[in-house]
Amino acid sequence: MTRNQARVLVVVPCYNEEAVIAAVVSDIYQVKAHHQLRLDVLVVNDCSTDRSIDIIRTLPCLYLDLPVNLGIGGAMHAGYKYAWRNGYDIAVQMDGDGQHPANQLMTILTPILDNQADVVIGSRFIEKEGFQSSAMRRVGINYFRRLNQALIGQTIYDSTSGFRAFNRRTLEIVNRYYPDEYPEPEAIVLFGLSKLHIQEVPVIMRERQGGVSSINSSKALYYMLKVSLGILFVYARLVRKNLTH
Amino acid sequence: MASLPITIQIISLIGAFTFMFFIFRLIVKGRLREEYSIVWILCTIILIVFAVWRKGLEQISLLLGVYYPPSLIFIGAIFAIIFFLVHLSVVISKLQNQIKTLAQEVAYLKQQIDQQTVKESAVRAIPSENDEPTVVAEDKVLPQ
Repeated sequence: MTRNQARVLVVVPCYNEEAVIAAVVSDIYQVKAHHQLRLDVLVVNDCSTDRSIDIIRTLPCLYLDLPVNLGIGGAMHAGYKYAWRNGYDIAVQMDGDGQHPANQLMTILTPILDNQADVVIGSRFIEKEGFQSSAMRRVGINYFRRLNQALIGQTIYDSTSGFRAFNRRTLEIVNRYYPDEYPEPEAIVLFGLSKLHIQEVPVIMRERQGGVSSINSSKALYYMLKVSLGILFVYARLVRKNLTH
Repeated sequence: MASLPITIQIISLIGAFTFMFFIFRLIVKGRLREEYSIVWILCTIILIVFAVWRKGLEQISLLLGVYYPPSLIFIGAIFAIIFFLVHLSVVISKLQNQIKTLAQEVAYLKQQIDQQTVKESAVRAIPSENDEPTVVAEDKVLPQ
């Protein structure tokens, strides 16, 4: 795969991001022009209740308008399925709230373009630069790191990071199954057990530019429980599947 | 002791049959699917059996070593309810997955239709003296 031949789809999940979505998309197009990539942007509007969809319609990008709210997992699944069906070589997730700066896009893409990894995760914690997220959230992230270590034997420092790139091999797996609700940590276990090569690269994230996080403090406990269960069950399911094959 | 149980027997039989009639009506009207009605029909049959067979509950309790027969009703009912609730959770999960897939497919179709109308309006916008076909950017939809 040479750099200018690989078809890249940047999937931007969008839920009530009317304030920043236009800037996010135009940033990506700037990177596209600068590096001369064969890149498309697909905004997935997850049934936003604000004017997001009106703004998305005016943008020079592809978009999916989900008829019901599916949450981040269902929205990303829609994007990845789209990438798989339309023959893209690489899919990148980039949040619609401006947390993932487009100028880091090449950092995420390079290991896949060079065939060094199947999954690339942009991590805040490798070089500890930029926005580091709240203390509570970091406790959770440490917990997921240990859980992933125990289950798949790979250390992923930033397992909740949504800034990711997948190659076509990964897309085939994700096309079939992608976790719901809070998919990021669970997806790592899925990738690890599918024998995909996961690479983490340091990125500098910003604090969200607009919108509200899907996780607030009252939901944190539910989040931990739900994701832990998800991880354990996806592990159980895949280990059983691997044994029967 | 002899006359009192007869009335309650009649009442419970009427109750059970009314319930069964209600279930059948729901199925006939198409508001309840057969697969979910089975459990309710079974429940009514059990009700009818015990309404007719007066000593039944006591005899079964005795057989199982349950000293207080009504507690057998409770344990049976609670088990049945829990089982059915789990079954409903399974059904809901299945529905949720199906809805998710459907929503995604609807989104793809909407996107295809939008893309087509954009292309068509782009073709129409070009006056007929222009012989060259409209060139749509490689893999990008033209903004309207």
